[in-house]
Amino acid sequence: MLEIKGLRAAVGDKEILAGIDLTVPDGEIHAVMGPNGAGKSTLSYILSGRDGYEVTGGAVSFDGEDLLAMAPEARAAAGIFLAFQYPIELPGVGNANFIRTAVNAVRRARGETEMDTVAFLKEARNAVKALAMPDDMLKRNVNVGFSGGEKKRNEILQMTLLKPKLALLDETDSGLDIDALRIVAGGVNAARGPKFSALVITHYQRLLDYITPDRVHVLAAGRIVRSGGPELAVELEQHGYGGLGAA
Amino acid sequence: MSGTAYATKFLDRIDVASLPGDQEARQSALAAFFSTGWPDRKHEAWHYTDLNARMRGFADEALATRMLRPELPSVDIPRLVFVNGVLDKTLSSDALNFLQTRGIPEQKTSSLPIVALNAAITLGGADLKVSAGQNAGTILLVSVGSGDGLAIAPRHRITLEKGSNLTVIEVIRGAGRYLHVPVTEINVGDGGTLRHFRLQEESRDSVHVATVLATIAESATYETFTLGVGASLARSEFHVTLGGGGADVQLNAAQLLTGTQHGDVTTIVAHEAPGCTSRQTVKSVIDGSARGVFQGRIEVARIAQKTDGYQMNQALLLSDSAEIDSKPELEIFADDVKCSHGATIGALDPEQIFYLRSRGVSEKDARAILIRAFLHEALEPITDYVARPIFEAAIQSWRWGASG
Repeated sequence: MLEIKGLRAAVGDKEILAGIDLTVPDGEIHAVMGPNGAGKSTLSYILSGRDGYEVTGGAVSFDGEDLLAMAPEARAAAGIFLAFQYPIELPGVGNANFIRTAVNAVRRARGETEMDTVAFLKEARNAVKALAMPDDMLKRNVNVGFSGGEKKRNEILQMTLLKPKLALLDETDSGLDIDALRIVAGGVNAARGPKFSALVITHYQRLLDYITPDRVHVLAAGRIVRSGGPELAVELEQHGYGGLGAA
Repeated sequence: MSGTAYATKFLDRIDVASLPGDQEARQSALAAFFSTGWPDRKHEAWHYTDLNARMRGFADEALATRMLRPELPSVDIPRLVFVNGVLDKTLSSDALNFLQTRGIPEQKTSSLPIVALNAAITLGGADLKVSAGQNAGTILLVSVGSGDGLAIAPRHRITLEKGSNLTVIEVIRGAGRYLHVPVTEINVGDGGTLRHFRLQEESRDSVHVATVLATIAESATYETFTLGVGASLARSEFHVTLGGGGADVQLNAAQLLTGTQHGDVTTIVAHEAPGCTSRQTVKSVIDGSARGVFQGRIEVARIAQKTDGYQMNQALLLSDSAEIDSKPELEIFADDVKCSHGATIGALDPEQIFYLRSRGVSEKDARAILIRAFLHEALEPITDYVARPIFEAAIQSWRWGASG
């Protein structure tokens, strides 16, 4: 379970998050919606441990542990996964090797045995097929020469194989056509279960047509200004974010 | 002490007159050496590499050899092992018809001072000769330096006759404080292919200056990769002449430097026939307050039309006090050529490190993965299944990103 209490954060002198309270219980999918500049990506980066943000107040716990005190790799081992809005290219690093290294690093940290290449590749190939990715996706260098849609699918591929407890999906829908959106949503829905939760960060409602959230939160000017059920996403789609910032 | 005093004092201890072989030739090589003297920073070719400074104290070492049982790559291929410049028969394979050891070579003087020095003091080396049309497979050539205050000067020769093939994996290792100046003369005949993979893992107290003098004939291929991780000061200097039409040279190198190491890769690739191709990729990974040097010259003679020459030098600096000096030069006298060079200097990308860490990979491993990725392009051409793991292991065991 993720519990965010009064989280404030700044970049330099500029406050981006102005006191966020948000709880995501196990097994639930929550959407965070909001206009550009509301602090959505900052929230996902802070939760995953990226440098460059100063937490100026509040606390975040994950399964009772102080998340903000953990190194990024420790957060991954604890079960947090960030699907990047702009996945990073790693020239010279093969995709299969990269994911297997990650899977085994996480397994080691959790005290599990490492996966051998054969077992890993079998599982990876199945996941590649389920995401309708080209066969050579595992052989290519990480995200190098991938289309926008392939990069996003590659994030979901990593999520599928890393089996996180909490996935942070940062604008995973941006740049996806409707078919790709459906496939990506399918990957998330396949992970759904009592031990899996997700924070789906998005500007638009359309991803939520395929991933039905348990709760929807509206983030504006660094604060959660409204929370509700899935119907809130529909309402936002119809009326926009106008006026919410001051609410 | 400035100039070449340390080096000169060191050389004074070597009694050339007591060495076997053609004394007259040795003395003339020595004279050639003294006509230029120890290279110092006033020599243009040595402007960035101060050999003398690294030889401080060498002359004060009590001469001693160490009984080092060299740890050799556990690969089941024919091998020749030289310890302190002399063939160790117990460690070497026999019954190889194309392998011979070279006696004391006919001494040739050279305008390159270190090559002249080698000629004056060498005790011989490997002499590999592959007859026309023969495929001689892969052999391991090992040079071990073992001791203090020694000057070790193997003189190897590799000759491929018309249409023959050979792969040489050269491993250079050692323990102690010594000067190692191997010279390798290479001749690849028409249509022949020599693959020459070199791993320099010298003692961290040693000074290593290797010179490769290669001539590549018509439609022949010379493919070489050098990985340098050892020595206090290391220089790998290549003089490669593409002497026949359609010759192809791939000259790649990588150096991993840390602490106060100094690593120098110097290449002179001379296109002296038309329609030849040369490709060079040289990568330096530099940590601590180490310093890397790349000097690369492509010379294209008037006759060498349709030359295709390419040179890329890239450095990855892992600390604020790491340094790279890069000096590419093109000297072109033909008018219909394609020649290019490029250089990049960078640091590890924090975004890439974070991406890996967000997947559970430790920061140390993330850096290692990215350094290996940086080297990928230079390593990729090593398709030989015996050579590749030797180089991968050497890179793996390098102390990643630790500040020196």
